Amino acid sequence: MSILANKNSRVIVQGFTGKEGSFHASQMIEYGTNIVGGVTPGKGGHTHLNKPVFNTVEEAVINEGANVSIIFVPAIFAGDAILEAVNTGIELVICISEGIPVQDMVKVKHYLNTTNSTLIGPNCPGVITPNEAKVGIMPAHIHKKGKIGIISRSGTLTYAAVNQISNQGMGQSTSVGIGGDPIIGSDFVDILKLFVKDEETEAVVMIGEIGGSMEEKAAIYIKKHFNKPVIAFISGQTAPPGRRMGHAGAIITGGKGYAKEKMRVLKDNGIHIVENPAEIGSTLKKVLTR
Amino acid sequence: MKIHEYQAKELFKDFGIPVPEGSVAHTKEEVLEIADKIGYPCVIKAQVHAGGRGKAGGVKLAKNRDEALRFAEEIIGMHIKNIQTGVQGKKVRKVLVEKGVNIVNELYIALIIDREKAMPVIIASLEGGMEIEKVAEKHPERIFKEYIHPVTGLSNFHNIRLSFKLGLNKKQRGIFSKLVSNLYKLFNEKDASIVEINPLIITNTEELIALDAKVNFDDNALVKHSDIMGLRDIHEEDPFEVEASRYELNYIKLDGNIGCMVNGAGLAMATMDILKYYKGEPANFLDVGGGTSEERIKEAFKILIADKNVKVVFINIFGGIVRTDIVASGVINAARSLNVNIPVVIVLRGTNEKQARKIIDESGLNFISEIDFKKAALKSVELSTGD
Repeated sequence: MSILANKNSRVIVQGFTGKEGSFHASQMIEYGTNIVGGVTPGKGGHTHLNKPVFNTVEEAVINEGANVSIIFVPAIFAGDAILEAVNTGIELVICISEGIPVQDMVKVKHYLNTTNSTLIGPNCPGVITPNEAKVGIMPAHIHKKGKIGIISRSGTLTYAAVNQISNQGMGQSTSVGIGGDPIIGSDFVDILKLFVKDEETEAVVMIGEIGGSMEEKAAIYIKKHFNKPVIAFISGQTAPPGRRMGHAGAIITGGKGYAKEKMRVLKDNGIHIVENPAEIGSTLKKVLTR
Repeated sequence: MKIHEYQAKELFKDFGIPVPEGSVAHTKEEVLEIADKIGYPCVIKAQVHAGGRGKAGGVKLAKNRDEALRFAEEIIGMHIKNIQTGVQGKKVRKVLVEKGVNIVNELYIALIIDREKAMPVIIASLEGGMEIEKVAEKHPERIFKEYIHPVTGLSNFHNIRLSFKLGLNKKQRGIFSKLVSNLYKLFNEKDASIVEINPLIITNTEELIALDAKVNFDDNALVKHSDIMGLRDIHEEDPFEVEASRYELNYIKLDGNIGCMVNGAGLAMATMDILKYYKGEPANFLDVGGGTSEERIKEAFKILIADKNVKVVFINIFGGIVRTDIVASGVINAARSLNVNIPVVIVLRGTNEKQARKIIDESGLNFISEIDFKKAALKSVELSTGD
């Protein structure tokens, strides 16, 4: 088992024929992800990367039974692309696009709440279940099949963490990049709820960062409902307040969102905290062999 | 993006939100011209992108022409220094000259996005003129909130509920409702990230006037609003950060001596964290982004070494979207053309990492190439503390 994406996922790519969409679609196909087609309005009927192109998500669902969509369209249109996928009943929507205006995401988030779709992202690296499906932009070769679940607000920091975990001889069940924006489809708690039911996942690595309070919410959830070991790293321990640290969501405002406070709450609720980002893999190993 | 108070007030006027009569001035002559026109007493307010201007002596009430002249001379050209501005402070290049008003009561009102609830929230309080964070801490019961669901938008009941909580009389309630509606319209139409009036005053003639105005915008939405983009004042930004933004590099200047070049915001923060963990001091946050090109890497390198505090450069790249061999050649070309003579520690992992390391090794440049993040961090700290 695994969560979210697996070898049975029927994946379409929104923004299929664009530069980013094409590059990553071919990488995903190469990995073995079951890409059943793509969507680019106006290019329906064509073939791209040996897969059919559709004008709308609806056509892709009718013709190919797509149930997962990954979005690469430019930020200013990405909110609409998510709405289209959700409106068509796609079960899992993964939005890679970075830079969606916050007020667009306000609408998306509340519409999403009225449906059964799951949104991962935006501004995220996507989801990978090693040896089954890569629905994202992460470098495949660092991943290894295994029993560690990963949830992260970051992209490249997650790759670095995965690399450390693989180097310790441990693999991943599923790695989920939830995104670095202030408003995202799924937060730590949403993904923890999936990992708690996943028999294959034995422990979870959480990578949080400054801004917001979703790490604190996760800490309380873990204490009450999560019976597997969790280790966590919070980036931005040295970030100055009031500055947006690259990610739109990584900002300390009004005295809230400090890494220190998040680490304290996590620790108080029984989560293993890693202070040094180079020791995520080794700490995990230590916790699991105890 | 931040704008000046006078620009925010121009926007307020466009959206029917009352502001005091006044205008912006760049010289003392302009100050007197405006003051003579609107009459005395008048208020002269320094226009910089920072709060705490009053405490820093940047806001003065002039009772007559002599005082107006004296305050104009004092304020124009002064440096506003506080926690928000850093040690250098911000030079005052212009002032807002406004007609004095009779204040009976001071309210607070703001609109922001509440990220947990994922909707805009109106925050109102009777404690106008105070730091709202302090009020929230000491007297949370004096702060009133209305969350605006995107399905309803702002509706009349929101305004009515707030105006009763604020204890406004019938006439004030009508004016208040209209003002809040206009404020929400501005927030919504212009993709603001914050609209704040502190204080919103009630005058002796029962008018409601925005005595101060703060409007920030969502950077991600600026492409939709060319009018707003035109309000940017690069004098208010760090010159390194302005240069970086031209190449879509995310750069934030800090006070240390280890220049950092990293791809991805999370890894960039973690790189700062590990340097601090080993008692080093990062000189900056720099995220070169996902789909980066050789040119951008080169510009990033230029900005790093232009900071004279930097004693060592730490490059930490994990390639997902970005190919590390492109980063390697970008760095090599930049180092060659810029004659870099400080040590460079470089970690390249991910897509095409073997080719990347080969490019570095064969460059003939004296780079310290590491595979291990920890070792590289320790090496950078060691080089930054040695003489």
